[in-house]
Amino acid sequence: MGNSSRKIVAIMGVGTVSRELPIVAITPFAVAAERELGDAQLRANLGRATRTIRDKRARVVAEVADWEPMRDRAAAVKDEVLDNLSELLARFEAAAVAAGATVHHATDAAHANAIVTELVKEQRAESVVKIKSMATQEIGLNEALEAAGITPIETDLAELIVQLADDTPSHILVPAIHYNRSQIRDLFARRMPGFTATSDEPAVLAGAAREYLRRTFLAAKVAVCGANFAIAATGSLVIVESEGNGRMCLTLPETLIAVVGVEKLLPRFADLGDFLRLLPRSSTGERMNPYTSIFTGVTPGDGPQRLHIVLLDNGRTQVAQDPVGRAALRCIRCSACLNVCPVYERAGGHAYGSVYPGPIGAILSPQLTGQDAGFNKTLPYASTLCGACYDVCPVKINIPEILVHLRQTGSKPAAERAAMSTLSWVMRDRRRWRAALRAARSGAAPLRALTRRRGGTLRRAPWPLSAWTAHRDAPLPAAESFRDWWRRTHESS
Amino acid sequence: MRIALFVTCLNDALFPQAGIATVTVLERLGHTVAFPDAQSCCGQMHANTGYAAPARRLERLTGAAFAGHDVIVSPSGSCVAHLRAHTGLPAYELSELLIDVLGVTDVGATFPHRVTYHPTCHGLRALRLGDRPTTLLRAVKGLQLIDLPEPEQCCGFGGTFALKNAAVSGAMLADKCANAATTGAEYLAAADNSCLAHIGGGLARHPAAPKPIHYAEILATTGAHP
Ligand code: SF4
Repeated sequence: MGNSSRKIVAIMGVGTVSRELPIVAITPFAVAAERELGDAQLRANLGRATRTIRDKRARVVAEVADWEPMRDRAAAVKDEVLDNLSELLARFEAAAVAAGATVHHATDAAHANAIVTELVKEQRAESVVKIKSMATQEIGLNEALEAAGITPIETDLAELIVQLADDTPSHILVPAIHYNRSQIRDLFARRMPGFTATSDEPAVLAGAAREYLRRTFLAAKVAVCGANFAIAATGSLVIVESEGNGRMCLTLPETLIAVVGVEKLLPRFADLGDFLRLLPRSSTGERMNPYTSIFTGVTPGDGPQRLHIVLLDNGRTQVAQDPVGRAALRCIRCSACLNVCPVYERAGGHAYGSVYPGPIGAILSPQLTGQDAGFNKTLPYASTLCGACYDVCPVKINIPEILVHLRQTGSKPAAERAAMSTLSWVMRDRRRWRAALRAARSGAAPLRALTRRRGGTLRRAPWPLSAWTAHRDAPLPAAESFRDWWRRTHESS
Repeated sequence: MRIALFVTCLNDALFPQAGIATVTVLERLGHTVAFPDAQSCCGQMHANTGYAAPARRLERLTGAAFAGHDVIVSPSGSCVAHLRAHTGLPAYELSELLIDVLGVTDVGATFPHRVTYHPTCHGLRALRLGDRPTTLLRAVKGLQLIDLPEPEQCCGFGGTFALKNAAVSGAMLADKCANAATTGAEYLAAADNSCLAHIGGGLARHPAAPKPIHYAEILATTGAHP
């Protein structure tokens, strides 16, 4: 909990939120986003928080002279991993086993949950301490453990807040970005054993959480973690965190279970350098990460005496087969793309209906869990393709390109399909196109006359154009198309 | 130099002034403009909405229409970005053509007005136009360029995004319009009429907001009014 009070300030420094705890239902992105947009306070908080962090990121990235070549190298290393996935997994497993770890292979979420639950039961543990991990969220491990009568305890402060509230995170890095401190105090009072503080000062709340977590760490028999990186050559796992709670989980309990997505591999130990420079600057805007733990197998008499590594596939090898979509697997979960995304900033994380929100969620969720599941069908359209995400991504994932790819491979409404093919049919022939322009021009003539005084734009239009005029005036076809002007001025002579 | 104009389907139908202005500027500089009549749409809208097959057909049509032309200009950043990525045609956005190919920054325009410039996402991040358009605008006689706050923020257009995610698009537009209104400019210029149709449609509902204008129209103006 080294700098948890700083973190709680960061969580709460975003002002006050007057917001009911969200009930996440399966509704398409646009509906969910509109609901979130209605919360002016949430919007102000998210706007302020994402602006602060993206300015900070921009400042510290600008300090690094070789940032661009470093991004290229990191992307190339990740592509090397995807090209040689099975070979590198075998190498990782051999090295990890040689160092005393036990390696398991999980094909999907249910399989991974069953493995972990069984391992916890073997230790007769009633609870496990957890380090914030996207992989365990993705598979719904907490819910699976609870169903088996095991209590998972999140030890990252923001994750703990979200867990105590029976809520879901709304940001990869700042999961409780949607809470204010009086809500957190009330939550602690209701749900945290032994909590007595009446103040909602960040330092007091952080202190109370620290007390609670210290007791928990010392009593824990089993810890569950993810990994930011897994080194194939050495069998090492790398965990990057900023509160020190991870260090506690990695050293105190006798048994450590790591759930690691197969794409987390790096071939060589030397590859780690670039990633440890890219990740903190991209995610928290810090030059260096506060707590970086690198551990390999088991050391007799020191730290956990049983290390289980669950290598999680859950759709990843299939995504790796898609020549365009596979780049999404380079992701190191830094959340820089969320912080620059104008759509995420306004819609909030819950609108994405998945543990992976924002631009990365929009390309990852449909690929991992199927384009027709839940919100997934609408996610590739939850973007203007503005490209801000691609610019900041430390592993150069061309997110707009993958969004377009998913739009092209996904199913589409019949009416839209018909309209688009009619339009392209008209556009493919110069006579049809000229005739269409003239028809539009004469059709719009009365409207042009009516709207001339107000600048020639239309304020209200019937469906389906009403979706446009709900927010903005619509332009009208010109009195003379460009090609008619050209013919009149350049071809008649 | 002989320069072929790709006017774009949107400009052809709704905003011919941008095409006319492009022709006017280039002819004033002594160049010959060609308009291949077989052109219509580059396929961007179909591709980005998810319709690959019609997009590929329109890309092929555009490729055939401009075959044999060494220099192609278009007053649309997003269409140039699409052509470059999908056709291999030698297409330039107007400011790239003027500055990089023709070596001109002062095109001899006069426009005695306060202007703010929105860089548009494709201009900013796909084409990396940088300060090319504003370099051209700064050289216009009488023009006072006013910085737009948060210029790199997307306006919320995004093609069918404006319809499919109307609420988020509207919220982004409101922020862009509010930023534009604080400049006190008379005109908001940009390099893409698709974004300008959306921003202009929002500005039309703002009291005392700048009027939308394609920057090519400013470059074409030699008198007091566009
Ligand atoms: S997609 Fe790129 S920017 Fe977004 S979280 Fe992943 S690594 Fe970071």
